[in-house]
Amino acid sequence: MQASEAKAIEVTDLTVAYQEQPVLWDVDLDVPPGVLLSIVGPNGAGKTTLIKAILGLVRPAAGNVLIYDKPYEAQRRIVGYVPQRGTVDWDFPTNVLDVVMMGRYGALGWVRRPGRQERELAMQALEKVGMEAYTTRQISQLSGGQQQRVFLARALVQDATVYLMDEPFQGVDATTERAIVTLLQELREKGKTVVVVHHDLQTVTDYFDWVMLLNIRRIASGPVAETFTPENLRTTYGGRVAFMTK
Amino acid sequence: MENLSILTRLDYTLMIVAIGAALLGAVSGTLGTYAVLRRQSLLGDAISHAALPGIAIAFLLTGSKTPLILVLGAAIAGWLGTLFILSIVRLTRIKYDSALGIILSTFFGFGLVLHTLIQRTGNANQAGLDTFLFGQAATILESDVLTIGILGGIAIVIMLVFWKELKLLVFDEGFAASLGFPIRALDILLTSLLVIAIVLGLQAVGAVLMSAMLVAPAVAARQWTDKLSVMMLLAAGFGALAGVGGTIISSSASRIPTGPTIVLCATVVVGFSIVLAPNRGLLWNRLRYQRNKRNLKMLGGQLFQSEEQ
Repeated sequence: MQASEAKAIEVTDLTVAYQEQPVLWDVDLDVPPGVLLSIVGPNGAGKTTLIKAILGLVRPAAGNVLIYDKPYEAQRRIVGYVPQRGTVDWDFPTNVLDVVMMGRYGALGWVRRPGRQERELAMQALEKVGMEAYTTRQISQLSGGQQQRVFLARALVQDATVYLMDEPFQGVDATTERAIVTLLQELREKGKTVVVVHHDLQTVTDYFDWVMLLNIRRIASGPVAETFTPENLRTTYGGRVAFMTK
Repeated sequence: MENLSILTRLDYTLMIVAIGAALLGAVSGTLGTYAVLRRQSLLGDAISHAALPGIAIAFLLTGSKTPLILVLGAAIAGWLGTLFILSIVRLTRIKYDSALGIILSTFFGFGLVLHTLIQRTGNANQAGLDTFLFGQAATILESDVLTIGILGGIAIVIMLVFWKELKLLVFDEGFAASLGFPIRALDILLTSLLVIAIVLGLQAVGAVLMSAMLVAPAVAARQWTDKLSVMMLLAAGFGALAGVGGTIISSSASRIPTGPTIVLCATVVVGFSIVLAPNRGLLWNRLRYQRNKRNLKMLGGQLFQSEEQ
């Protein structure tokens, strides 16, 4: 059956340019369902842009993105998104539960307000990320790791099949990082596809089963064992990788 | 007997003006909350300045001083100015603050030129136009109160209907877009509501100071609460308070312009809130610092004693 062969994400010939310089050049990426994939590459490699292009947040100059064989617009409900923590103002007057319930806004549609059901889903998600004690906490009073877990909970209530996460480990301590990784692996066990922009090359082999090496062009993508090679890393980082993989 | 009737009539006029100023303060405080949270405080300033030529053009075209027509002209000009700013930012490499500066001063300059021209023509009708520069709440009539009430009410109802969407837009635009909400349309909607609040206030407060009516109540309200709905209610209350206070003070002494007085009242509320509000207030911070220091000292003393033993 075709359904079993369907790719969770299929990016073809994607080119994005903000000004004259292309940020992404002719990028292809196939992500099979049920993998935990990390996108790695140097600063300015276009990792965030790739995520945003998959979500239709930036308009590509060329190329095509499909989620389970359909354009993103038709598949919004099965895609969850965790933006970079730094993109919002954490001094916004609201609390943890309220932010998490925002993950249900898409399913709610226009004008309808979140109710008891949304509250329950949000509570469950907060339990999963270990933040159930913080429901009424003002978001300005959260640590970086707690902010990150709130964003994760918000994506969890989206109840998606495909998750796109932009640097979910940024500025979190080791314990939180461990907890987040466990959570991501649980999502994968449930057959979800999780794509994560990642910075720490040391942990790629431990945390992920697939990897994409990106530096404006796609250098390589595939299972970590075959793809995460010193040679590919040199190509990606221009020979500036001081340490090697295990 | 005659004196008494003058007094009651005066009181009635003052009451109308006060009601108008209160409504105005409430509407601008409510909608200003989003302007402050989006860090668009200066956009309000640009809109109110950009509205000025609209008033002059509306007057030149119609020869009428009917508030509704002038307000409509102001709204169109203010809205155009905003669209120019947003387009400049999107289409060129000019930064937001520069775009604001350019549009604000160009439109305002154009407005001043038109006003001078109108004054030169010696049109007996023109006298009221200066009102829109510095505001004159005393000119608020029952019909103006009705205009402010209805248009302001509509703006607030629209905001409440799209409460969830607008909140998400202001808190996390990227996430809102990923969910499929049309953020540009929502952005234009929110800005249009802001334009309504501003042009309604031009007559009473004036173009020069109107932005303070958007910003000051919201800034004061933020000091007291961490909840968006409460912040908005407080901002509405503070705005109304400043409106009434400013009107009464300026009416009690002759030749004090109302706009600046209302703004000064709002500023007093801001100052009070910045110093005294719990959690965020300066005084509170100071006390907390002292308490922490004292506690640490005690702790230090205990440690010291235990070492001695």
